[in-house]
Formats: sequence, C-alpha cells, structure tokens
Amino acid sequence: MSQLAVDAARLPRARGRALGRPALSSGLALGYLSVIVLVPLAALSVKGAQGGWHHFWQVAWNPESKAALELTLGLSLAVVAINAITGTALAWTLVRDDFPGKGIVNTLIDLPFALPTIVAGLTLLALYGPTGGVGVNVAYTRWGVLLALLFVTLPFVVRTVQPVLIELDREMEEAAASLGANKLTIFRRIVFPHLLPALLSGVALAFARAIGEFGAVILISGNLPFKTEVASLYVFQRLNSGDEQGAAALAVLLLVISLGVLLGIGGVRRWAVRHDR
Amino acid sequence: MTARRLIRFGSLGYLALILVAPVGLIFWRAFEHGWHPFWVAISNPDAVHALKLTLEVTLVAVPLNTVFGVLCGLAIVRHRMPGMGLVNALVDLPMALSPVVVGLSLYLLYGRQGWFGPWLTDHGVRVLFAYPGILLATTFVSLPFVVREVVPVLREIGTEQEEAAATLGARAFTTFRRITLPAIRWAVAYGVVLTTARSLGEFGAVAIVSGGIAGRTQTLTQYVQASYDNYSQTSAYAAAVLLAGLAILTLLLMTKLRPREEVHGNRGA
Repeated sequence: MSQLAVDAARLPRARGRALGRPALSSGLALGYLSVIVLVPLAALSVKGAQGGWHHFWQVAWNPESKAALELTLGLSLAVVAINAITGTALAWTLVRDDFPGKGIVNTLIDLPFALPTIVAGLTLLALYGPTGGVGVNVAYTRWGVLLALLFVTLPFVVRTVQPVLIELDREMEEAAASLGANKLTIFRRIVFPHLLPALLSGVALAFARAIGEFGAVILISGNLPFKTEVASLYVFQRLNSGDEQGAAALAVLLLVISLGVLLGIGGVRRWAVRHDR
Repeated sequence: MTARRLIRFGSLGYLALILVAPVGLIFWRAFEHGWHPFWVAISNPDAVHALKLTLEVTLVAVPLNTVFGVLCGLAIVRHRMPGMGLVNALVDLPMALSPVVVGLSLYLLYGRQGWFGPWLTDHGVRVLFAYPGILLATTFVSLPFVVREVVPVLREIGTEQEEAAATLGARAFTTFRRITLPAIRWAVAYGVVLTTARSLGEFGAVAIVSGGIAGRTQTLTQYVQASYDNYSQTSAYAAAVLLAGLAILTLLLMTKLRPREEVHGNRGA
C-alpha cells in the first residue's frame, strides 16, 4: 500500500522530468533563434524604418526599385504558373506512370535543392549562354532570369503534390470512369480538388523562392537596371554603392513578402486539414 | 494512352532541358580535356583556400544547427509555452527569405555603423569580412532543416515511452539518449544532410558579409563567381563541378535516408 502511494506520488514529477526541463531547452532554443535570426532582422527593420514612414517610401520607391520589384513579381508569377503545370505533370509521371529509370528521375528532382545556386546559374549559362552552341543565348535577358528561377524552384510543386497523389484513393476515379466520365473530367472534378491544397503550398514556396533568388540569377542577368535587375540584385547593388538606407528599404519589403507567403502557406494548411475531416 | 505519353514526354523533356542537360554540360566542359586541366584548376591556392574555408564554416554551422534543431524541435512539440507559436513561424523564415536580406541584416547589425559595430571595433573583434560573419550568415540560412525534419517525427512518436522510462526512474538526459534520440535519429540524419548541402552552397548572404577577398574570405561558391567574372572559365567550371559533385553525393545520401521516414511536404533549400 505505502509503496503504491509512493509510486503514485512520484508519477507526476517523473512525467515532468520525461519532458525535460521545458524552461531550459525552450530558453536555449529561443535564445539561439534570437541571436541568429531575430536580432539581425530587427536591425534591418530599424534601419529601414529610420526617418519614418514617409521617408521609407521616398527611399524605397524610385523608378529603378519600382522596375526591379515589378520585374520580380512578374517573373515570380510566371514561375508559379509554369511550375503549377510542369510540377503537377512531373509528379503525375512519377506516381502514375512507369518507365525505365524512374528511380533516377525521382532522385534528380531534388538536385536543385542540393546544388549551390551559383552553380545552377553557371550551368544554365554554359548551355544557354553565348558559348553554349545550341543556337540560343539568354544571357542578360529576362528569359535567362526566368530560366534560372525555373531551375531553382523545380522541386517545390513536385515534392508537395507527389505524396498527395500517392495517397489518393483511385476508387473514386474508377467509379467516375465507369459512369462515363472522360479523363479530363475525372482530373478536373476528382483529382484536382484533392491536389489543390498541396499545389497551393508548393507554388507558394516556389513564389517565395523566386522573389528572393540571388545566386542563380547574378551571372545570367548581367544586372541591367530596368531590364534584368531583380529585387535581390537591386538590394545588393544599392549596398555596394554605399546606399544602406535604400538597400534596407527594399529588403524590408522583401521580408514582408516572405512573411506574408509563410502566413499564407500556414493558412492553406489549416484550411486543408479542416477539409480533410 | 496518348495523354499519358504526352505528359510523360512533356514533363521528362522539361526536366532534361532545364536540369539534366545544363548540369551534364558543365561536367563535360570540366573534363573535356581530361583530368589534368581540372586538377590544375582546382589545386590553385585560392581554390584550395576557398574549399578549406567553406569546409571550416560548414563543420561549425552544421553541429550548431543540429543541436539547436533537436532542442528547438523538442521545445515546439513537447513544451506548450507562450511564444512557441512565434518560434514555430520564425524557424521557417530563413527558408522563405532572400539570402540578400539575410546578408544585409547581418551587415547592418555588425557593420561599422551597426548596433554592435562600435563595441566590436573598440574590442578589436572582426565579424564582417571575416570568418565569424561568414559563419553567422551560413548558420542563419541553414537553420530550419533539422527542426523541420525532427518536428513531425517527434509528434508521431508521442511521449508514452519517455514517460514510461521516467516512471522507471530514468533521468531526463538518460531518457533522451536511450528513448528519444534513437527514435528521431534518421530524421536528424536527413536534416544534417540538408543542412550540410545548404551550408556548402550558400552564396548570397555570404557574398554580402564576407567581402570575398581571394585567399582570405572567399568561399568556394564565391570563387566560382569571381573566376567567371575574371573570364577564367576553366577555374569556374572546375570549382562548380566540385560543388556539383558534393551536391550529387548529398542527393544519394538523401535517397538512402528518405525511405525510413515519411515523405512530407515542407522542404525547401
């Protein structure tokens, strides 16, 4: 009896210990996160906000920065549209199709994640640049920048859509087919609605990546203001010419866009979970 | 059948044009005249120094982010404390953020006119244009990967075994070492591989804080850029091929490690 009582008395304390010391490990994690991520971003935000709202816009909004931001947004939307189609098609090929070398293709999809961005840019220039020998030269053009962005964002949609396609129950599709629906109708009415949340978070990740990409575009863009200068290149350029304020202002805008995309992805996930139930 | 063919050739053709052909070509370019020019280019003192610096940074950033990743994963999943929602959101930020924004933030914090700048100058500590700056930038951008791999596994395994161990009198650290760590080890390993790949390949953030002085603060990715800009294509291709080789090694490790864990969505680079 008394032994039992002792055990029972130990239980809650033991449980607390099993979870570690929350305050200590959470504190360490928070401290590390603050030193590495939070404080630098705070320094950026303060610099960007220096001189008030009106001044911020004056610095952030000039013809060159406006052109850079518009180009970046336009290209990123193009990246979203192209990736939505090619990413879904690639995921479909990997899940529903069968062909020799499928395992290799599946591995290759992740290469843009593993490959340093500067190497990505260099490889594209090697083939599609002035000395590529295939009859196209996209160096210093917007097509080149688009190509670089497509390269680095290739895995996102494939890797978000693929697991959903694997899990997807094919019975519904078979039922629809037996009721006379054609393939396009089946895809549009049955498969696509299931893929939509995954597709949305995939393109959102691709969008965020495209908005901020730097390494892959620096060689291929040639950094021509009003033509191929994207937002990240503009920030870099401003800093190199000693205009910390101008660099910080546009960087703050990029930071806000990234935060917005992250919140959007969180929203899509919660929405998808609610719809699953 | 024709629709399937169309999708197959369309998607594989896209992959070939955008990924396989360009990457294949730089390998060919690097080795088209045999091993010798590659070897000469890569054993250039600046290239060797750049590789060493990159490895020195990676060897510190990866363990730091691994320990933090496990601690942070535990904090997010197990300790429901105020502020953990914010931590959860902040951890993803480096994945969505432009490397240039990261570099600029560090520049504004540690630079001469930055918050810590005057203090650092007074005490003779160099952060910018030196090893610490490169390390901080690399740690920032490669921070999320271990956390993101560990969190779903921690959620899945639950706390029953840990509670049982604790009830039997195991101390917190013993429970962690004998129960929790074995359960998450493959997720940690996968996260480490991703962190390593990101650290080796970081360019934008480092480009701002390192100064890129050849033979001193130039990492391997910056060496690729500098060589290309100096019309020294052989050196650029050689270093790029070295980095690409490391990336392919990463890819093989990823493939080896992945089947042990569930494939899940949120994975960025």
